[in-house]
Amino acid sequence: MEPSTIINIQKYSIHDGPGIRTTVFFKGCPLNCWWCHNPESQNPRPEIMFFEERCTGCSTCIKRCPTKAIELFQGHLVTYEKKCTLCGKCCDLCPNNARELVGTDITVKELMSKLIKDEVFYEESNGGVTFSGGEPLMHSDYLINVLNICKDRDIHTTIDTSGYAPFEQFEKIIDSVDLFLFDIKHMNNEKHLEYTGVENTLILDNLKKLSQKGNIYVRMPIIAGINDDDENINMAINFLSNLNITQVDLLPYHKMGMDKYRRLNMQYKLSGFEKPTDEILDKIAEKFKKAGIKINIGG
Amino acid sequence: MMTERVKILREQSVRAIPHISMERAIIVDSVYKQYEGTVSIPVLRALVLKELMLNKKLCINDGELIVGERGENPAATCTYPELCCHTLQDFDVMDARKRISFKVDNKSKKIQEDLIIPAWEKKSMRYRILENMTDQWKDCYVAGMFTEFMEQRGPGHTSGDDKIFKNGFLDFKEDIAKAISKLDFYDDDEALDKKNQLEAMDIACDSVIILGNRYSAYAKELAQKEENPKRKKELLEIAEICKHVPAHAPRNFREALQMYWFAHICVISELNPWDAYNPGRLDQHLNPFYQNEIENGELTRDEAIELLECFWVKFNNQPAPPKVGITLKESGTYTDFANINIGGVKADGQDGVNDVSYLLLYVIDEMQLLQPSSNAQISKKSPQKFVKAACEIARKGLGQPSMFNADAVTQELINAGKSLEDARCGGTSGCVEAGAFGKEAYILTGYFNLPKVMEITLNNGIDLMTGKKLGVETGDASKFETYNELFEAYKKQLKHFIDIKMRGNRVIERLYATLMPVPFLSVLTSDCISKGKDYNAGGARYNTNYIQGVGIGTITDALTAIKKHVYEDKNITMNELKEAIKTDFHGHEDILKLLKNRTPKYGNDDDYADDVMREIFTSYYSEVTGRKNGKGGEYRIDMLPTTCHVYFGSVIGATANGRKAYMPVSEGISPDKGADINGPTAVLKSAAKMDHLKTGGTLLNQKFTPAVVQGEEGLNNLSNLVRSYFRLDGHHIQFNIVSSDTLIAAQKNPDDYNDLIVRVAGYSDYFNNLDKVLQDEIIGRTAQSFGGCGY
Repeated sequence: MEPSTIINIQKYSIHDGPGIRTTVFFKGCPLNCWWCHNPESQNPRPEIMFFEERCTGCSTCIKRCPTKAIELFQGHLVTYEKKCTLCGKCCDLCPNNARELVGTDITVKELMSKLIKDEVFYEESNGGVTFSGGEPLMHSDYLINVLNICKDRDIHTTIDTSGYAPFEQFEKIIDSVDLFLFDIKHMNNEKHLEYTGVENTLILDNLKKLSQKGNIYVRMPIIAGINDDDENINMAINFLSNLNITQVDLLPYHKMGMDKYRRLNMQYKLSGFEKPTDEILDKIAEKFKKAGIKINIGG
Repeated sequence: MMTERVKILREQSVRAIPHISMERAIIVDSVYKQYEGTVSIPVLRALVLKELMLNKKLCINDGELIVGERGENPAATCTYPELCCHTLQDFDVMDARKRISFKVDNKSKKIQEDLIIPAWEKKSMRYRILENMTDQWKDCYVAGMFTEFMEQRGPGHTSGDDKIFKNGFLDFKEDIAKAISKLDFYDDDEALDKKNQLEAMDIACDSVIILGNRYSAYAKELAQKEENPKRKKELLEIAEICKHVPAHAPRNFREALQMYWFAHICVISELNPWDAYNPGRLDQHLNPFYQNEIENGELTRDEAIELLECFWVKFNNQPAPPKVGITLKESGTYTDFANINIGGVKADGQDGVNDVSYLLLYVIDEMQLLQPSSNAQISKKSPQKFVKAACEIARKGLGQPSMFNADAVTQELINAGKSLEDARCGGTSGCVEAGAFGKEAYILTGYFNLPKVMEITLNNGIDLMTGKKLGVETGDASKFETYNELFEAYKKQLKHFIDIKMRGNRVIERLYATLMPVPFLSVLTSDCISKGKDYNAGGARYNTNYIQGVGIGTITDALTAIKKHVYEDKNITMNELKEAIKTDFHGHEDILKLLKNRTPKYGNDDDYADDVMREIFTSYYSEVTGRKNGKGGEYRIDMLPTTCHVYFGSVIGATANGRKAYMPVSEGISPDKGADINGPTAVLKSAAKMDHLKTGGTLLNQKFTPAVVQGEEGLNNLSNLVRSYFRLDGHHIQFNIVSSDTLIAAQKNPDDYNDLIVRVAGYSDYFNNLDKVLQDEIIGRTAQSFGGCGY
């Protein structure tokens, strides 16, 4: 079994499913949503995050780089991507933690040894493990191995998915998953394409199919001015009313991921002011309630 | 809803300014002048208590239902010249100091100067202890290798059991008379000593009865003058109650509280024992009274709450007596550590949570007072409702109640030789110390500076602060070829300093046994009467001494860094490291960052560091545990700091974990400041790798930001976090739930945050009462504020 590239293993994760959990963030996502707060999860390859404010210009990384991929140019560190082999030496040796290698290849065995460290907490809290990302279904062959071991150990599993994957990928894992957190970003196909880079037809189709078999919480990120309008919400309610889903979570936009774009040399397309007001959230929640759908603000 | 009466009493208590009362010192002085040399020492000590109870000014505060103050009024704080004879300079300092101050008026200073100092300067225990210590001990003491608990306060560290709720002091007098009649003057060499001790205990019983009778008469006198018919009736009730208890066993809920309170006043008047005194498992003691009266319609839930709240105020009215010097540094607080236990299991092993348990939680929440401290004893049998009720109060940020693992406490006590029943009826007192309540003298003898032992090991026995050779020569650290060689040297130094501390302890223990018996506390402690022996001389059923290890997080990370970077990865040499430490890392920033950022740290569920912690723990445990004390018992270890981690840090240079010179060392068994970066579950896993069951108590602090614990989910997670830690045999955990921003704001604008209470270490205190270093320390403890938003 090939290892998978994983960004982070977050312990005491308390908003990605029930109880006390550990969340595994896979690297790689078919979507690139404007509001994504984990932009480092989009590229499936490992990459280097550079915290310019921490860099003292000590040149340790330049000296230790085996392929001479880093240079000081007009007082700034520049990494030549073509030369960089992502060996991570510059990160390991940086005394200021200014360089971080995002994404480590981890085998199933290594991952499991980390996940079972908090088993006692899962048991006491009815928690478990959540697979997120990125898009975990891009790693479904790997994932099924992990899920089966979890099932065998009686660890509750949750998949946090964008829904954008061939349904066969879902079918592979569906019997080994206790809960799906399934995102709906926008009901309008054109807007979905604009803001996420992909169409929503496959996503909605998958949700329809999945809802016949799995336990699902639908998650809707709410971004002011983008998907908080009545039309979009009404469409979502219409669509969801006919499906068998457990509840809907509204996830208000926050700008906490903003700095990461700079560190990754990526462009942030929002202004940072798209946080919905509490009134709007309450209003949306009220609509869902009226339609008889269990609703929850926050994850 | 708090009643108007409680509101007023609470307000009076919170506003009372601690001040020095000379009443006790004057009476002590006159008793010694009259009787010293003509009566045995135990009887002399009993006469001190009797004369105090005969002559002290009585105080019944307006509206109160439970009566009795140690001083003339709330926060009047007496001195104990037979323990510590304050100099005039001490008085000036405690009057002027910004925090933990005690106002001293000129009249008191004059009395101290003319009467007390001439008589007690060279007779106090503090003087005698220092006179009897070796130069070697004194050098180590001054250097901050360890502290000495008994140099200003007496041994105590104990809690009551059910006996005063089932007996009156007349009953104890009968037991004493029987014990005297059984003395064997033919075969027992100690018969005379026992007779003296028992006679002293008899006088001690008389003393508390005298206090009760005087309060009864005083209440009657006030009733006669009282015009308000409602209050007049209450005063007459007080008169009735005080005529019955403490002479007889309490008959109802209210008498039970008054009974305990008279006993408490006598314990803290007799001497100044550490941790005052404590009713222990209060819900267990009160529940039979409560159930009976509720059933018979003689008491309502609201009345019971009001009585408990009046009782709470009494604790808060008694600040811990003034400390000076190192004792102040190791325990800088007004809190006197009476720590009420709630929940746990009963003697038969069944769940101990009852209706009164929930009443007590309600009272803690409503009163929001520093004293008494309180804790939830959580066993695997405790209902989840109880755990959540306790966590719900804790998450408000008051720092109370702290959480204890009742099953682990029972195990610890059994491991230390207690019977199963005595263990189940025990609990934790002071900060986190496990004890067989009412049956054990468990004496904390002082804190021990673990990181400093490491510092001295790296310098071949020399203390860099004082330049003195305090340790033994274990060799030039740069010549050690393996980590094991270094650790063996550390163990030799450890043994050397523990030996020094122990030799001192044995002498001090003997001084207290012979010169400073506590006959009243002895009456309250099982087997002192049947043995005819004092609490301070081995009379209790169990006699345990402790040395409390401090700084295990710091020394773990320091040794881990050395193991990794010097011996395994060879990133730096020992000489480079020592040079960097010597300069406090100035000009060695790269080494500093290597140590800080590229080293496994305790608190992250990383076996590399945690194995080092276990090695340090085991060496400390093995060095101390099982050594004999002078009371027929053994030494054991505790891992708790009160405020001593700040003092211990101030006498150590930089350490190999990247900690700067003089900064606080880690507290309790918590990770070093900021070292834990993987969330609370990782901290708990690391901490649980220590074998808690081999200790008499460990202390773990966790700071959360409010957002993490909000809502029903937050409460569930917090409760389950506690349950999980306890399933792993963790001993204790306590929470600070307040954002760093709030603390920083409070530091800048103290006047706006007068009511901000934080958990320090085994107790809570007003943030404004803490000195700046301690405030910074609390701000810097890693706040766990993880959400689900990924990286």
